[in-house]
Amino acid sequence: MTAVKTGTTANTGSTGEPMLRIEGVHTFYGSIEALKGVDMQVQAGEIVTLIGANGAGKSTLLMTICGNPRAKFGRVVFEGEDITQVPTFEIVRRGIAQSPEGRRIFGRMTVLENLQMGSITAQPGSFDRELERVYTLFPRLKERQAQRGGTLSGGEQQMLAIGRALMSQPRLLLLDEPSLGLAPLIVKQIFKVIEDINREQGMTVFLVEQNAFHALKLAHRGYVMVNGNITLQGTGRELLANEEVRTAYLEGGH
Amino acid sequence: MTAIASHANARPGLNVGAMLKEAGLTALVALALTFPLVGLRTVDVGSRLTITTRFDEVLISVLLVFVGRIGLILTREGHALPVLVVSLVVAVAAWFAPLPSEILRVITIAGAAVLAIRAVIAVRRDRSTLSQQERDRAMDRLGARVQDAAMWIGPIAVVFAIALPFMPFASRSVVDIGILILTYIMLGWGLNIVVGLAGLLDLGYVAFYAVGAYSYALLAHYFGFSFWLCLPLAGLLAAFSGLVLGFPVLRLRGDYFAIVTLGFGEIIRVVLLNWAVFTGGPNGISGIPRPSFFGIADFDRRPPEGEIAFHQLFGIAFDPMHRIIFLYYLILVLALLVNFFTMRIRKLPLGRAWEALREDDIACTSLGINRTNIKLAAFTIAAMFGGFAGSFFATRQGFISPESFTFIESAIILAIVVLGGMGSQIGVVVAALIVIGLPEAFRELAEYRMLTFGMGMVLIMVWRPRGLLAHRDPTILLHPRRSARQQQADSEAGA
Repeated sequence: MTAVKTGTTANTGSTGEPMLRIEGVHTFYGSIEALKGVDMQVQAGEIVTLIGANGAGKSTLLMTICGNPRAKFGRVVFEGEDITQVPTFEIVRRGIAQSPEGRRIFGRMTVLENLQMGSITAQPGSFDRELERVYTLFPRLKERQAQRGGTLSGGEQQMLAIGRALMSQPRLLLLDEPSLGLAPLIVKQIFKVIEDINREQGMTVFLVEQNAFHALKLAHRGYVMVNGNITLQGTGRELLANEEVRTAYLEGGH
Repeated sequence: MTAIASHANARPGLNVGAMLKEAGLTALVALALTFPLVGLRTVDVGSRLTITTRFDEVLISVLLVFVGRIGLILTREGHALPVLVVSLVVAVAAWFAPLPSEILRVITIAGAAVLAIRAVIAVRRDRSTLSQQERDRAMDRLGARVQDAAMWIGPIAVVFAIALPFMPFASRSVVDIGILILTYIMLGWGLNIVVGLAGLLDLGYVAFYAVGAYSYALLAHYFGFSFWLCLPLAGLLAAFSGLVLGFPVLRLRGDYFAIVTLGFGEIIRVVLLNWAVFTGGPNGISGIPRPSFFGIADFDRRPPEGEIAFHQLFGIAFDPMHRIIFLYYLILVLALLVNFFTMRIRKLPLGRAWEALREDDIACTSLGINRTNIKLAAFTIAAMFGGFAGSFFATRQGFISPESFTFIESAIILAIVVLGGMGSQIGVVVAALIVIGLPEAFRELAEYRMLTFGMGMVLIMVWRPRGLLAHRDPTILLHPRRSARQQQADSEAGA
């Protein structure tokens, strides 16, 4: 593992090799083609969001980055290395952490144990420091640390899922629908934290969201996915102003 | 009976006529059934088959059904307390009353017990205003408290187990039952790693038990290896068989995994049964050497020339109990070893990964856990402990055959783990005492013991569907002075 931490400030649109590059990725579920040649990239220090309707293939793309399911054609390149065929657990060890869809925290384990599970691939001795950092981001988790994960509220569970992912000291954080099923106020809090993680720790974030308004407002850049294809891309501001995006994802909903 | 009737009369709002009618109808059905089945009995007299009558038993059966039905109706109508009292009185009375047959006595007591249990449930339901969820939580808290008490229950149990062979009541049969229960506790703790911690339903655990037993028996038979040499070898061989089975199987999930392990258990047994030249087939292997006292002395009355026996070594009189007590301590140490290992490993990343795997294997993958390796580790380690237990079994019995390794053994071990509460170490002990100890203790009841055993299992699953002690202990403490359990209970109560 290279010990180089990415820059501490968000540097959008930096030139050179992107942190994550996805080239012509096709993913299949059996004979159904879920991703039909996706190209996109994430620069170090960015927040990039992927928006789209239900079933567009957003989560599939996120899962494909982690190698489960694997891309049938195309390449996933992380920090210059092709990770398309690397086993899932190894991908995590290389510095990509994922907060999976539906949170998937360990319900019978305490908050602290959940966080400890997150640090299982981290460098030994980093636990206390990372724990402190997560508790600073989510003071609620500290209050609840002896409580079983299953007894937390939805918002707290989401915080725990993100916190758990952060415990592995990733350089790229993948978030799958962190706003799913949460009250608007909680959604706001969660997105605020995502912004903090990026701004203060320089964490690169790739965010998959249905909540297009919040996601685009937060993100430096965004992609729009329709039926397994990327149809639009641009900065968050551009996409927010885009007529197509407005009619398809913003109006009526918010 | 009159007590119930008069009591029922005294209560307003109860339709006595309808009640008597319903009970009478049930009694009529009972009469129709018992008359041919119980009342008439064919007996061999000389060479002829004659029919004798047992109308007294028919009468008592019908009467019992009638009274029992009234009891059920009264329980249903909210008069549970008197029913409880009467049924308990009946149960005690049936114990001493001169009933015509023992079967009738057992049925009467069992019926009264069932009625009493239903009455207790009814009384509790009437008394408590708690919802089901609140009651579950109360039970969970109780479970937590029991496990908190495990801090001192555990050591006390160990001290008791150590002192047991020297208790005044410790006859040979008591120590033998102790050995049996400890063997199953060890197997339960071993299987707990796979089922309780890693959440993999293994229906063929007995296969590793068999591998361990046959490893020792065959190594001793063909090469004359001693028990102390074979014990680690048997563990290794069992672990190896776990590894070999694990590789192809662990990609499967849930039911499919369970079926394949079931198949593996049977394959091992069938191979042992049919490879007669090597394993002795259905005749098994006899004359398996007994363990010596750490290779220094053995437990014979007259040791062979040039060797020394245990009683000579310590200058005490010969007693055949020495060997039994030694075996008892041996299995106690082995079982505690498994327990100690599990307690330690739960606090290490590997053990925690097992528990995480049981909860959510997709989340585990996303955290960078290599599922296959983790599962394989659980499977192999549990197999190794199964192998240790197996070689102990072989040396204790002195004789093994494929008969001892049928599916029912796997089922019993699994039942111990599930009844105890998946993953709970103390739960395994309690469940082993119930599952193995009770049938042994009630051997006089002959075939009815399995009946009561089944009833006990059903009742446990009704009351504690997640096992007796389903509460899970957190593995890390925040402030060592207060227990993590207490903190958890506090913060959840405030949630």
